[in-house]
Parts: sequence; C-alpha cells; structure tokens
Amino acid sequence: MDVAIIGIGIHPFGRTPARSGLQQGAYAARLALQDAGIEWRDIEFAFGGSASAGNADALGNELGLTGIPFINVANGCATGGSSLMTAYNAIRSGAHDIGLVAGFDKHDRGAFNADPKALGLGEWYGEMGLMMTTQFFAMKIQKYMHDHGISKDTLARVAHKAFINGSLNPNAWRRSPVALEEIASSTMVSDPLTKYMFCSPSEGGVALVLCRADKAKSYCARPVYLKSAVLKSRRYGSFEVFAPSQALQQVAGPTVDASRAAFEMAGVGPKDIDVSQLQDTESGAEIMHMAENGFCEHGEQEQLIQSGATQLGGSMPINTDGGCLANGEPIGASGLRQVYENVLQLRGAAGDHQVPGNPRLAYSHVYGAPGISAVTILQR
Amino acid sequence: MSKRVPIAEGLFTWPAERPALLGSRCNNCGIASFPVAESCMACSGQDVTIEELPSRGTLWTWTIQQFMPKSPYNSGETPETFRPYGVGYLELPGGVRVEGRLTENDPEKLHIGMEMDVVFDTWRTDSNGDEIIGFFFQPSN
Repeated sequence: MDVAIIGIGIHPFGRTPARSGLQQGAYAARLALQDAGIEWRDIEFAFGGSASAGNADALGNELGLTGIPFINVANGCATGGSSLMTAYNAIRSGAHDIGLVAGFDKHDRGAFNADPKALGLGEWYGEMGLMMTTQFFAMKIQKYMHDHGISKDTLARVAHKAFINGSLNPNAWRRSPVALEEIASSTMVSDPLTKYMFCSPSEGGVALVLCRADKAKSYCARPVYLKSAVLKSRRYGSFEVFAPSQALQQVAGPTVDASRAAFEMAGVGPKDIDVSQLQDTESGAEIMHMAENGFCEHGEQEQLIQSGATQLGGSMPINTDGGCLANGEPIGASGLRQVYENVLQLRGAAGDHQVPGNPRLAYSHVYGAPGISAVTILQR
Repeated sequence: MSKRVPIAEGLFTWPAERPALLGSRCNNCGIASFPVAESCMACSGQDVTIEELPSRGTLWTWTIQQFMPKSPYNSGETPETFRPYGVGYLELPGGVRVEGRLTENDPEKLHIGMEMDVVFDTWRTDSNGDEIIGFFFQPSN
C-alpha cells in the first residue's frame, strides 16, 4: 500500500508573540485539513511533536476531541521525520486509511541549552560548557574544511543563498537578502562559523494529511506520493553531537545510512532527484550533508556551490524555502517544513521560490541530536 | 578549610601525583571509551577494565566558543567577565578522541594535528571555598 500526501498546512515561521506554539500547530492543522478538503473528524489517527511547546496531542483541545489515537513524538530535530515515518507505516500496514502529522514549537531566544542528564551524560559536561550543538557543528566543518578543501567563502555563500530564497518565501522568518561580505565579516559565533551562518531557535507549525495512495485522487487533484521515509540512529564510530569521546576509527554517520536506505526503498538514486531540502542548522551542515546524502563526492561542494548549482535555478537546487538558516528552527516543526516545501515544489505551487523544470522527485533530510537522521523521498 | 575536589568522581585519578583521565576498555573488542562506562558501545560487551588514558595527544578538530552558554554552564563567570574558550577533540594514541576545553582561545595559535597535553586545573571555586578541578588540553611545549 503506497502512501500519499493530500493536504499541507503551515504557520509562518519566525516570532509570533500573539500565538502559543500549540496554536501555531492548530493553525497549520486547519490549513492542511482545508487543503485536503476534509474535516478533523475524518482523521483516523495523528502523530506529532514539539520540543518546547507542550504535547502535540493537546491539539485535540484546539481541533476537537474525537477519540482518535494521537501519539506524541519526541525525537529531537528528527521529531517531524519520525512522526512522518510512523504515519507512513501506519497506513502502509493497512491499520489506517487517513491520518495527520503535526509539528510545532516555540523556543526562547538564544542557543539551545540541552540537559546532559537527558542524554545520559554527566553534569560536568554541561557545567564545563561542552553541551553546545553549535560547537559540534563548528568542529565538524572545521575538520571537513581541513580534509576536503572547502573555503570560508563557500560557507558564506550557503548562507547568502538561504537568505535570497527566504526573501522569496512568504512563510520564512528572514525575508531580506544579506550581502556576502556582511555574512563573512559578521560576529564570530564558533570558529569558523559567523552569526549569519547559524540558524536560530524560532517558532512555527506544520501539518500534513496522509492517506492510502489508492484513495488520494478522491481528495486531491495532484497528490504527492511518499516513496520512502527512513529514520536511522548512529552506529559506533560516527562523529556525533554531545559525545564526550569518539572512536579512533570513524564510520559513516546516520545521514549516510538513512539516505542509502531511502534511495533503495524508493528505487531511485541521487541523480534522479530534482529538488532537495538538507538540514542546514548552519552553513557547514548543508555542505557536508550534500555529500553524506550522496549528491556529490566529498570536496566537490566547493565547485558546485561556487558555480551556483545549489541555487533555485541551478542543477541541484537545495533548501529552496531558505532552509533552517532563513526559517529558524522550531524543533518540532522543522523537519515537516522541508516536506511541506517539497510538496509545494512538486505541485508547482511554490510561487517565487519555485524551481524550474516541473520537478518530479524531491528529497528531504534532517539530522538531530544525539545522532539521528530522517530522510523522505516524494514523487508526484 | 578549602579543598581541591574533582568536578566529577571517576572522571580522572584524583588526588594523584600525576592525574590521568580514566577510560574503560572492552575486554571483548578492545575499544576504549571516555568517560568510564559499564558496557561497550561498540560490541555491547559488559566486561570492561578501567585504565588511565595517555596524557599527550594530537588535536583532531577544534572551535572557539565565542559567547557565554546558558545554564547548565557553571563557571562562576558573568556576562561581563566571560572569556571565549577553545574546545576540541584530542586524539589519544591507542585510546579514544576525548572532547575537552582548551587552555588556548586564540584561533591563530590552534591547528589540527598539533600536539597537546591533558592538564588538570581549577575550573571554578565553589560557594564554600572549595576549588573544583577540571581537565583541559594545553599546547605541548
């Protein structure tokens, strides 16, 4: 049984003081139901999550209490991807015909401050200032630049593109382009990454309505099909965030594993993909994730990005809605935002940030602490 | 009477004439990990031996933390007195790559592959006057 996405909804990302995170989730859910042409009472199950804005099943208080199974999902940055994968399996198994996945969040300003105990780490790790996702990303790209010849200018170009794409996306947080020189010379946050090269915790909500593929056309003229949805966690030897030590021998990370499995499940390869959303919590992540997801060899990013291949009109458009850099990161909503954007692209409905060429296959990837990755492949 | 106490028990030998980080080595697959764990992340084995890790290694990667982290960061600093600090992974031969703070915070003086020593020094002073001891990586002379 294949699975289709027949409805999508989003609450604009950024800061919305007048609405709670939950209300932003409900706003997105109502739009997704409306897009699918159905009512909340038609939904047979729901999965969802938020990291800082309460239990997703409290959406029932906003949308109506209908008695459906609603499961709260908490899986860091891969919360949305995890909800989606579970919903995909619930429909594929034949247990349900139609369901909703939702993700929303509302974070305080400033970098995340994770609790070492929640990850099985000693309190000393946080006390001494090592419990910082920003440090991990900086150290990973620092090593990667050293090994694969990526320049600081290329780091700046990733952020430059993100803000251009964000300026074309009415739901993005950062809606103004930022000059390349300003990005490169802005305040250093964690060497080699400057302020504009990092995304910030933000707010937003996304919801998707999924159903059995054979029933999709009764709801939606242009359904998009979920060809794969895969979640992987780290294996021993991969270099991950929040790791007081790591192995001397490095192995491929969960992104590589999830990507390979997703391509195999979908029966397609990286060259078939027309548009991609790759986790860009900072500029370096987008660069490294290009190779980890199989879109190029390690080091080829330098030439690809410098030549504009990853821009909207390029041969390999990436993060076409501005990504995390222009949308910020509401943890629960972020992964589903990527899928929302891919559905828009495949419907040809992305407006000013639509990629040309009538895309057919779209790819999304998230990475989260303490070493998990979710990948989905969509086809129209 | 103030004391010098380690930031966490079992992280390194203390008190000791020459303190050393403590790791656990799996007696099944030979993999070492830090801090000491009761089982092996690589092979799931539960037969491990605690050992002292080498005191000198090479810097595998690094960054500078330029802003003051929120709690649980607890250094006794204020936003006014905060000083950016280096963080890196030190590759200890035959052991593991251990993450820690660097004594150096000038990016011009740090490069991948440089030799560094594990040192033990006061991290902060507790409200009762005790010195809390942590571990740091310092460029070798």
